[in-house]
Amino acid sequence: MDKAEYVELYKQMVIIRLIEEKCEELYQKSKIGGFMHLYIGQEASGVGAISARLPQDNVITAYRDHGIAIACGMDPKVLMAEMLGKVTGCCKGKGGSMHLADINLRFWGGHAIVGAHLALATGLAWADKQKGSDGVTLCFFGDGASNIGYFHESLNLAAVWKLPVLFICENNHYGMWTPIEDASAVTDIRKKALGYDIPSDVCDGMDLLAVRKASEKAIAHIRSGKGPFFLEVMTYRYRGHSMGDQRPYRTADEIKDWQTKDPIGKFEPVMMKSGITKEQIESIHAESSKIVEEAVRFAEESPFPPMEELYTDIYVENQ
Amino acid sequence: MSVLTMSKALAQAMYEEMERDPNVVVLGEEVGAQGGTYGVTAGLFEKFGKDRVRDTPISEGVIVGAAVGAAMNGLRPVAEIMGINFAFLAMDQIVNHAAKIHSMFGGQFRCPLVVRTTSGGGKQLAATHSQTPDVIFAHFPGLKVVAPSTPAEAKALLKASIRTDDPVFFIEHSTMYSERGEVSDDPNFLLPIGKSDIKRKGKDVTIVTYSKMVSISLKAAAELEKEGIDVEIIDLRSLRPLDLDPVFESFKKTNRAVIVEEGWKTFGIGAEVASRIYEECFDYLDAPIERVAQKEVPLPYSAELERAAIPQVKDVIAAVKKVL
Ligand SMILES: Cc1ncc(C[n+]2csc(CCOP(=O)(O)OP(=O)(O)O)c2C)c(N)n1
Ligand SMILES: [Mg+2]
Repeated sequence: MDKAEYVELYKQMVIIRLIEEKCEELYQKSKIGGFMHLYIGQEASGVGAISARLPQDNVITAYRDHGIAIACGMDPKVLMAEMLGKVTGCCKGKGGSMHLADINLRFWGGHAIVGAHLALATGLAWADKQKGSDGVTLCFFGDGASNIGYFHESLNLAAVWKLPVLFICENNHYGMWTPIEDASAVTDIRKKALGYDIPSDVCDGMDLLAVRKASEKAIAHIRSGKGPFFLEVMTYRYRGHSMGDQRPYRTADEIKDWQTKDPIGKFEPVMMKSGITKEQIESIHAESSKIVEEAVRFAEESPFPPMEELYTDIYVENQ
Repeated sequence: MSVLTMSKALAQAMYEEMERDPNVVVLGEEVGAQGGTYGVTAGLFEKFGKDRVRDTPISEGVIVGAAVGAAMNGLRPVAEIMGINFAFLAMDQIVNHAAKIHSMFGGQFRCPLVVRTTSGGGKQLAATHSQTPDVIFAHFPGLKVVAPSTPAEAKALLKASIRTDDPVFFIEHSTMYSERGEVSDDPNFLLPIGKSDIKRKGKDVTIVTYSKMVSISLKAAAELEKEGIDVEIIDLRSLRPLDLDPVFESFKKTNRAVIVEEGWKTFGIGAEVASRIYEECFDYLDAPIERVAQKEVPLPYSAELERAAIPQVKDVIAAVKKVL
């Protein structure tokens, strides 16, 4: 990784953080509706892993998808417009916060039924394999999703069919308000991959370079034709499970403790060591703020979908 | 034209489509070298090999889920679910994913997927293995639901289902696989999805039905003819889209209707079709519409009990006489 890439990835993390803060504000003003799950604290996980992909590689994730969308290269304007339910959004305002996607970025969506997209990931990978592409499918999901049937069916199928899937478990230690140890018989989620003979690794999800390195290794393994790989990324979400979550299932100290390992703050000394100056870092923040402000303006000024949109895209044929 | 069984006609449809388009793939439990539980995929594995005809683990969720993902990414999968009763384990993928992928993401993704399965009772398989819950799948906009009643139509409709860019839930009847009929040899003969068909012309009563109950209704019509009662029979062929124009047209002529379905009456196809007739043809109504359907019980194993619960020819005859 060179200096330019440090700057690029750092900027992605900053943009994600700012977008999430903006979304929080817009949600409180009722400009964003529905369920919304913020990625604050987990930025290094998505940015690090996705930075290791090639253009032919797929990305698919759950509903906590804003950061993943940005890391895939989604234009913040299009993202923000979708949040506001505008016709200029990535799904023309039909998907909302939990269903961001862009087929041109091979970003196959945010999916809101826990675990279901692990099955879709096996299919994306199967299609690539069948068509002779060497693409790898990066499939992000939470620790909680490892308890659902889909997880086990998908890992098993991926192993039996030797599918090029990188299963990335973003272990943020909670599924909604339930701590992992109350929901999962094993708390090292990667142990579950053993049951399907899928090789695994674990990395510090608050450390961008650690995630990047582990992902590179995992993707290389998969691309060489060895079948699926399982990567457990240890991370933490600073905010609640979704907006409005103020339940007392964790302590303020715990949150504070994780914040001392903040993925953005932690990366700054690494950048400076490589010769990037404090001024440069400040200018990245200023630039990112501007990008996010512009995205919000674009979204606010965009029209809502016209009523005719209600009946479009139900079927491809026989509309 | 050749005379083929229903299962052979379905196999031929897949064979021809796989030959035509390398993106067509088949997956499911025992569909490979074993040729499918009901023999419907026989011969495909030998011709197209294990990459295109894939045996799966017993994992209904990921069978349909993998098929949805593969369909999004360029393949045209035909997934076999061994029985409609097991499709409940894949319900989430069918209704929350296949049926939604195109619209929820603003039209970006397509899901050209066929889920084939077998429905219906009459084989003494008891309550969990004998259901006819077809109507449940027809509830969801975004999904197409097809259920043919003859080998010829099974072939032509399955081919159309494979070629459409929309997800199709394709329902075969478990007791009809060995029924024979004339089938077109023309690999380009397709039938449009969402078009009802008049299976018998008549002037006295309109019977609306589909799948196995078409042949039951035809037998009833033959009996009734002996008594001078002339029945018109309309085969829906697809439950979504639901093509009721021929039904309204027929009803305006006969002014009387009986709806025959194998599944339960409550919230069934008869309820939907009857209320649409009431809405569209109220002024033409000469008698309350009758519904023939399964008794409201989980199907029992014992043969006589099972027969009593599933609509028979005599039930259709009685209903027709009631509306006359
Ligand atoms: C099948 C299903 N059950 C329940 C829910 C409600 N739900 C949404 S998110 C969630 C917790 C998932 O936790 P985890 O997989 O750890 O992901 P995280 O939110 O921590 O990123 C639950 C129970 C759902 N969306 N889908
Ligand atoms: Mg979690």
